[in-house]
Amino acid sequence: MAVIEIKNVAKTFGAYTALHDINLTIADQEFMVLLGASGCGKTTLLRIIAGLETASTGEVWIGGRRVDHLAPKDRGIAMVFQNYAVFPHLTVFENIGFGLRMQKLPNDEVRRRVERTAGLMQIDQLLKRYSGELSGGQRQRVAVARALAMEPDVILMDEPLSNLDALLRMEMRAELKGVLAESNTTAIYVTHDQVEAMSMADRISVMHKGEIVQAATPLEVYRNPAAEFVAGFIGNPPMNFLPATSQGGGKWAVAGELFDGPDRSAPLKFAIRPEDLRPAEQGLTATAKVIEPLGAHLLVTCEIDGEIFRAILDSDMTVRPGDRITLAPQPDRIRWFDPETTLSAV
Amino acid sequence: MTDVTADAVAPDARRAGRIVYGATVVFLCAWVLVPLYFLLINTLSSPQAVNAFPKSFIPAFDLGSLTFFANFSGMLNALKNSVIVAAMTMVMSIVIGAPAGYALSRFDFRGKELFRLLILLTRAFPLPLLALPLAVLFIRTGLDDTAFGLALVHTTLAIPFAVLITYSLFSGIPIELEEAAWTLGCTRLTAFTKVVLPLILPGITASAIFAFVISWNEVFAAAVLTIENRTLTAFLLQTLGEAPLHLKFAGGFILVVPALIFIFAVRKYLFAMWGIANR
Repeated sequence: MAVIEIKNVAKTFGAYTALHDINLTIADQEFMVLLGASGCGKTTLLRIIAGLETASTGEVWIGGRRVDHLAPKDRGIAMVFQNYAVFPHLTVFENIGFGLRMQKLPNDEVRRRVERTAGLMQIDQLLKRYSGELSGGQRQRVAVARALAMEPDVILMDEPLSNLDALLRMEMRAELKGVLAESNTTAIYVTHDQVEAMSMADRISVMHKGEIVQAATPLEVYRNPAAEFVAGFIGNPPMNFLPATSQGGGKWAVAGELFDGPDRSAPLKFAIRPEDLRPAEQGLTATAKVIEPLGAHLLVTCEIDGEIFRAILDSDMTVRPGDRITLAPQPDRIRWFDPETTLSAV
Repeated sequence: MTDVTADAVAPDARRAGRIVYGATVVFLCAWVLVPLYFLLINTLSSPQAVNAFPKSFIPAFDLGSLTFFANFSGMLNALKNSVIVAAMTMVMSIVIGAPAGYALSRFDFRGKELFRLLILLTRAFPLPLLALPLAVLFIRTGLDDTAFGLALVHTTLAIPFAVLITYSLFSGIPIELEEAAWTLGCTRLTAFTKVVLPLILPGITASAIFAFVISWNEVFAAAVLTIENRTLTAFLLQTLGEAPLHLKFAGGFILVVPALIFIFAVRKYLFAMWGIANR
């Protein structure tokens, strides 16, 4: 049982502020992904939770216990590092058993737990090998097995898949999700890869410039981004934006078309995901610029009033560069953002 | 050099490359081994055979020179002194050098670059220049003619290497390994002893051997700073000047052999890369 609470945590390096006043609660056995571009503070936050970095201010609680003054070994955590950090002078067996030996567990208990986690990660054939004799993917498995063998309350992962090639990463993603779901631990997973975040997380915390912009389920983050940054960061291709002017009574003019929106007078931004557009008789008129057939569908990059606008259309459509096409947004998928605050206006 | 233009020439060029490679290997091995071999057979030959010509390439296993040498008065004492001084040098240069190497590798501090330069600069002064003031200073402090005093000088000579070797060793160990150990239940100290130390031990050993050999081979400071408690090099320099040829060979042999044995015994550490050559 381990709820993680992060209360008013901030971190400064000299004049540079890496984290501003972070507040986050992660439920017991939840899989939380910290997602953001490099330099957004996600790794710093993870290292503060692990105890490898000390927060400038604020508190960290794990399982109802304040831990921010404790050494990493006393926090009930295990960590998987980006470069695996498999000890090169020990065999795979001794690597996985390292933490158990430090706890002075009896030999047969160590053997039992090492063999169980090695079996779970499918590396039971490699127990006698050294790290130098393993591939990147196998080292990754050793690193995860070593963390799991500790049977920790919390498992922390810092971009664990980013050094693997694309195919292996996809395989490991599914496997890791399955293994962690069975282990009943709370997991915090740092990544810059939105596909990893979307596919693995119970909840995603999107981080930007040392702040958590939105913490919600993957679908919520995708469908209802709390800010323009999230809308632009998540989704490939990202959301489309167009300036909108109020016509009064909740009516908004967007590129010469009228849409229903929030009832206010200050200008807003109209936003729609590329896959929520359909070719129609009436809608936004766009000039096609680049057509990319992707097999399953057609990615059309167009221009509306000088703004880049992308649409994902059926691959049977015939569109040529220079064509004028009319695109109708699905009304319930339209989102509005305040250009002043960049936050969602609903 | 010949110009190799067409692809058809490539196999010839490759064969030529292999021959040059092989020849170089043979030459370098011969460069090291032939003098050692001559030293060996001459040491193990009778005095007459040493001065004879042509020489035999098979040692006669005549232990006359060596026995004479072993019984030479002061000889065993000098050998003992050499071992003591070299061992002290080895320990002191690692005890002082390794923490300096760790600090250089893990911490950023003001004057770090200058410090590294200064370490190297200690080798810039020729020993004869320092010998006289050192001798005076040692006599005043009572360190003259002691193994410890000489070991101090040898440590000074060995430390730049110890610092720079351990610096690169520590730099080669990712900090994540230490961090991983911390999260797995280690304190800073146990993480060092269980993870960092085993990894750098081969390098530390190499560095220690290097210090040992520097001290073992050093003759100038040893000759100036010791009188009664001479090390082997200084002792041989003093006594073998007018000695007959076969005794010089025996002396040279006795100087070379311990260093060779030492390096041979720890060769595994010198060549071992974890996981690759753990034989």
